[in-house]
Amino acid sequence: MNPDDRKYTKEHEWVKLENARTGLALVGITHYAQDQLGDIVYFDLPKPGASLKQLQKMGEVESVKAVSDLFSPVTGQVVETNPELGSHPELANHDPFNAGWLLRVTIAGAGELQKLMSAAEYDAFIGGLH
Amino acid sequence: MTLPSLRTALYSTHLALGARMVPFGGWDMPVQYSSILAEVKAVRTAVGLFDVSHMGRLYISGPRATQFLDWVLTGSASSLRAGRARYCFICNERGGVIDDTIFYRLAEDQYLLVPNAGNRPAVLAWFQDWIGRRFPGGVTIQDRTQSTGLLALQGPGAAQALDQVCRLDGGDAPSTLRAFAWGRGKLAGKAVFMGRTGYTGEDGFELVTEAADAEFLWRTLQDQGALPCGLGARDVLRLEAGLPLHSHEIDPETTPIQAGLERFVRPEGEFAGAPVLRRQQSEGVARKLVGLTLPGRSAPRAGYPILEGGQPVGAVTSGSYSPTLDTSIAMGYVLVRCATPGQTLEVDIRGRAAAAQVVPLPFYTRPRRRPEPA
Repeated sequence: MNPDDRKYTKEHEWVKLENARTGLALVGITHYAQDQLGDIVYFDLPKPGASLKQLQKMGEVESVKAVSDLFSPVTGQVVETNPELGSHPELANHDPFNAGWLLRVTIAGAGELQKLMSAAEYDAFIGGLH
Repeated sequence: MTLPSLRTALYSTHLALGARMVPFGGWDMPVQYSSILAEVKAVRTAVGLFDVSHMGRLYISGPRATQFLDWVLTGSASSLRAGRARYCFICNERGGVIDDTIFYRLAEDQYLLVPNAGNRPAVLAWFQDWIGRRFPGGVTIQDRTQSTGLLALQGPGAAQALDQVCRLDGGDAPSTLRAFAWGRGKLAGKAVFMGRTGYTGEDGFELVTEAADAEFLWRTLQDQGALPCGLGARDVLRLEAGLPLHSHEIDPETTPIQAGLERFVRPEGEFAGAPVLRRQQSEGVARKLVGLTLPGRSAPRAGYPILEGGQPVGAVTSGSYSPTLDTSIAMGYVLVRCATPGQTLEVDIRGRAAAAQVVPLPFYTRPRRRPEPA
């Protein structure tokens, strides 16, 4: 189900701290999100260097049927976008928690992570959406 | 009050297949089973199977049925031979499209007419009104939408799949039916009405059965390799094929002339809406439906403004990423001076002006089969 090595938003993004000292973290969307979206064909993501604000819009994801806003799980700065997603956006369908990551970011402060849900809390949250 | 959605005879079959169900036109319908992209590919390269039982089945008969249909349809019933089908419009007196439809001539005074799901009540009310005013006692309409099922088997492999499991009465294979012809046959003893029609831009059939036999027919065709396909794939397929969807490209305020579909409006004879349509044909219209292609995969969606040099000149009616053409495509209405293929316009995609080229419709035409070597 949802891996417990990361935190989750109510908008179905995740953030996984890679290095607590440098604040490097990966950001992506959840399995539940990709399942609801269906076939993903395009991501519009912020460029390296762009500033992010926690729970503010950071980009868009388009599936065949619809377009949805993406929200940043943390305040920070974009280091890189997943170079594979441009030609293979379907990676976020097939492997949303690993190969289908969206952004590598440096987070401004680890304190913000406390405002997000744990895997168990997110499991309960999406369980309540059915 | 919100009325509960109707369910087709295949509702529990869809649930068992893991379909995602959505409300559409008053019905609970499968939008996708596995993946819209995989389902589109199956129809373009092999064979796909759709439950389209939400569309209506109106059986129209009586001594004045032909005269009546000649009055309410833009296409001619009297010139249609029994055994054939025709696509056309049901227009109001302003020339606006109440619905688009395929109708099949079953016999001299008998027809099957298929309206869209959400328009069935409006079509029935419009028909009953004209029967009362102009054809009293001469026409009977039997609505068999809920007592029958309608399946669409579509794709280059459709004819072979159907030939494997059923025969027309008289013994011929279903593949002997020509486009827009129909025939009756049997599948394991169960009666099946087969029309060589569809809404995907591919070869295929639309099949009517008794509701109780719909699941058996569905399973039999699945066993022949047909992939279950939902409304999501159907919408992409019809858009690639440049086919209009009611409430998007056509509606009661839009005429077939504006939609560039005058080839489905007969040039002579009296029928509802004819004076307006004739006037538009001779005097021209202010806006026209166009096809647009945009590089990349970010798709225009219904309602997005179409611009020329930053100034609004129209709006998108349907848009999607096209997996078959690997580009974004859209249809929309623009001022006539902007409707010439080759022109470059822009679409306002959520604040970003994306270049869009006007192209002739359809976007996609299926490859013609080469003649078999002798």
